[in-house]
Amino acid sequence: MKALLRRVTPWTALLPLAITVLVGYFGAALWSLFISMTSSRTFPSTNFVGLEQYERLFDNERWQLALHNLAIYGLLFIVACMVIGFLLAVFIDQKVRGEGLLRVAFLYPYAMSFVATGLVWQWVLNPDSGLQNAMQHLGWKDFTFDWIIDQDMAIYTIVIASVWQASGLVMALMLAGLRSIDEEIWKAARLDGVPVWRVYLSIVLPMLGATLATVFVLLSTAVVKAFDVVIAMTQGGPGTASDLPAKFIMDHLFGRANLGLASAGAMVLLLTVLIIVAPLLYARSRRKEART
Amino acid sequence: MSGVKISDLAISFAGNTVIAGLNLEVHEGEFLVLLGPSGCGKSTLLHSIAGLIDVSGGRIDIGGEDMTWAEPSERGIGMVFQSYALYPNMSVEGNMSFGLKVAGVKKDEIRRRVAEAAALLQLQPLLSRKPSQLSGGQRQRVAIGRALVRQAGIFLFDEPLSNLDAKLRAELRHELKLLHRKLGATMIYVTHDQTEAMTLASRIVVMKSGVIQQIGAPTEVYEKPANRFVAGFLGATAMNFVSGQVRGGRFEGALSVDLSSYAGKPQEGQQVVLGLRPENLSLDPHGPWEAQLQLLEPMGSHHVAWLRLADGSELSAILPAGSAVPPEGPVRIAADLNALSLFDATSEHRV
Amino acid sequence: MKRRSHFTPARIGVYGFLLFAAAFFLAPLYVMLTTSFKSMDEIRLGQIFALPQAFSLNAWRAAWSEACTGVSCEGVSGGFWNSVIIVVPSTILPILIGALNGYCLSFWRPRGANLLFAILMLGAFIPIQVMIYPLVKLEAALGLYSSLPGIIVVHIVFSMPMMTLLFRNYYAAIPLELFKAARIDGGGFWRIFVQLMLPMSVPIAIVATIMQVTGVWNDYILGLVFAGRENLPMTVQLNNVINTTTGERLYNVNMAATILTSAVPLMVYLISGRWFVRGITAGAVKG
Repeated sequence: MKALLRRVTPWTALLPLAITVLVGYFGAALWSLFISMTSSRTFPSTNFVGLEQYERLFDNERWQLALHNLAIYGLLFIVACMVIGFLLAVFIDQKVRGEGLLRVAFLYPYAMSFVATGLVWQWVLNPDSGLQNAMQHLGWKDFTFDWIIDQDMAIYTIVIASVWQASGLVMALMLAGLRSIDEEIWKAARLDGVPVWRVYLSIVLPMLGATLATVFVLLSTAVVKAFDVVIAMTQGGPGTASDLPAKFIMDHLFGRANLGLASAGAMVLLLTVLIIVAPLLYARSRRKEART
Repeated sequence: MSGVKISDLAISFAGNTVIAGLNLEVHEGEFLVLLGPSGCGKSTLLHSIAGLIDVSGGRIDIGGEDMTWAEPSERGIGMVFQSYALYPNMSVEGNMSFGLKVAGVKKDEIRRRVAEAAALLQLQPLLSRKPSQLSGGQRQRVAIGRALVRQAGIFLFDEPLSNLDAKLRAELRHELKLLHRKLGATMIYVTHDQTEAMTLASRIVVMKSGVIQQIGAPTEVYEKPANRFVAGFLGATAMNFVSGQVRGGRFEGALSVDLSSYAGKPQEGQQVVLGLRPENLSLDPHGPWEAQLQLLEPMGSHHVAWLRLADGSELSAILPAGSAVPPEGPVRIAADLNALSLFDATSEHRV
Repeated sequence: MKRRSHFTPARIGVYGFLLFAAAFFLAPLYVMLTTSFKSMDEIRLGQIFALPQAFSLNAWRAAWSEACTGVSCEGVSGGFWNSVIIVVPSTILPILIGALNGYCLSFWRPRGANLLFAILMLGAFIPIQVMIYPLVKLEAALGLYSSLPGIIVVHIVFSMPMMTLLFRNYYAAIPLELFKAARIDGGGFWRIFVQLMLPMSVPIAIVATIMQVTGVWNDYILGLVFAGRENLPMTVQLNNVINTTTGERLYNVNMAATILTSAVPLMVYLISGRWFVRGITAGAVKG
């Protein structure tokens, strides 16, 4: 009896894990997949319609705009965060004084919620009382910065706020990577007469491959999930000009009561994430095999 | 013209003086070993010769020119590090040619130098491999190769063998000695291992707490150590020390030793410490001293005998293998009186 | 040869860049603070980078207890306490479960558990929108929807990947010999966990606490959907106060409210310093 109990106990301890994975993740995903292929509107229905919702989704102008915005937002956000984060890490690593204070200045935004970030930047970029107004007060009478109410430029304001929030994270991760590089490699490069910028380019960056890949994946998943900051900063506006897929889906799940369409959108998001993450996980498992 | 002259060198970190007033001349073509325990300043000295550490005073001349403030790459030196410090993303060939590429050396010249170094170090089959695909010994050879292609007159080694296992260490030690003979370049080598120092050096510099204790050829430093620290540091099995006093031309302590064949001039009544190396002690049934044989350790090539004197002090003796060894118990011992050392009890200097 | 100078143009460039960047990153904080201390007249007539002329705490008082959402005018203080009630169990429970999972996966390794773990890790990447509606239906069926237990369960579900990963990696670094010795000493599953592993887990528990407190406090979407009107966390209330206003927007109150909402995670960050960074880097090394 005791032996049986001993065998069973680890499994019972893992019950929360099992339930969460099977029901909360797996089950929920399957359910959403199913709904995305039905004609559910306010309530789930079992009327199977195949891929019709997906067709309707990609015909939807608002969804197209959301995808377009996602591409712009994603590209700019990832590139800007990685470049700025990398430069910040490199410069801080130059044995500067006040490193501790500088790191706090760059990383504290990451401790703030997306909502707070969006609200602050909404205030700063407000044309009537924010940056534009301040510049005009200070003498530049013709200065304009009304992107946040401009249909074509609103999405860029969200990029600015997001980059402000996440660059510190990239910096922290890159700095950890930089610091894990053996001091003696720097000495050897110095002996070889290699200038500092060339060391970063030809030696350090290649060594940081794993860190760069991790950062890329983290940022990409953040892009796909971007919701709070849009709500707080522009509410997706003006109109739907700064809409992003996550907001589109949430609106249709609750407000506009179109479960089938929303679920289809969710599935598309899921597919996007898997496409980004799969290569990384594959490369990781290959590297693990090579090591053992 | 590839000697190094260090004059009045001072180095301090964060207010702590690590090295002060150090003078050293490295002759062209010699293999100089900086030997000492951790923290004695040997690595610091080496790094300052390389230009990787700033000095706070003094002067370093390399090849006759003042290089105290020159960049490491301008000093005409090559260096091999303890952790090899190979560039992980480049092949062996890449590692050896990168510095030359950056310096703008012509491609043909680079290829020639890499081939030469590879031949010298038997690296030809490994040229396209990455460091992660090499063994420790191979990586160290690549590190040496990277230093060789610089065609410098002086090579610096920072404990290059400490990361290798014992067998590999012996192999590479052998190869380094051959390399030095072949190249005839000046080599400055840092280690805490006295075996490496003894086998490789043309001269040994023993250091402690940033101060040079003794400079000399291996045999000189071994047979005539300048102070008690040097005496205790060198020698695989440590030297035996017995305290006592000089009285009437003899050393009087747990042993009574005739000093007539001793080269130094101790004073009457001086408190001294007698130093005797284990290999200079032997079991002799007609020997002048009594002792208890406590333990015998057979080492294969020799035996180590642990003896106890009447006053409780311990001595070790090295006996040749195959010699007749009595069972544990009372024995008589003798010593080679031409091979002893006397150190003043207070100053610890050699008398 | 001359001594090398420390003030090279490159060095000046480095400091210049860093100080300029620091100004960009600190500017919003500066604006938040100065705005919250100004009066509305000052804000209307002046510009955001000016220092407050008359220092006033009125906006803070209003933000805490008088600010209006669409429905009521009670400030964000209610949200503050709601967030506290949500955060505490949503930190303790996921950490315990994560530790248990990590312990089980590292030392006992029942068959198939690694597959579950792999799916869990994959699940961490799934966008929430995929799971929100099914979870709503499930909770509604269990009577948990729009309630405090409801939001806590949801936080447990969504933080399980990260918590399990943290503890599993931490326990993987503990020698298996220690565990075997404990079993030889007669320890069973729970005893080893409670008496040996948990006490050893203090460093990683600190990291996990920091990450959970920050993550749950800053959450918006889950609180919005699952907490129910009486339990709305501070982030949701904040957004309601600022973005659903009739009449003139009281920017000073808004900024004060934003600072109040960010106060807890900012404090956690400033106090924990290096632990916070350890959390980020540990979380980034997925798998």
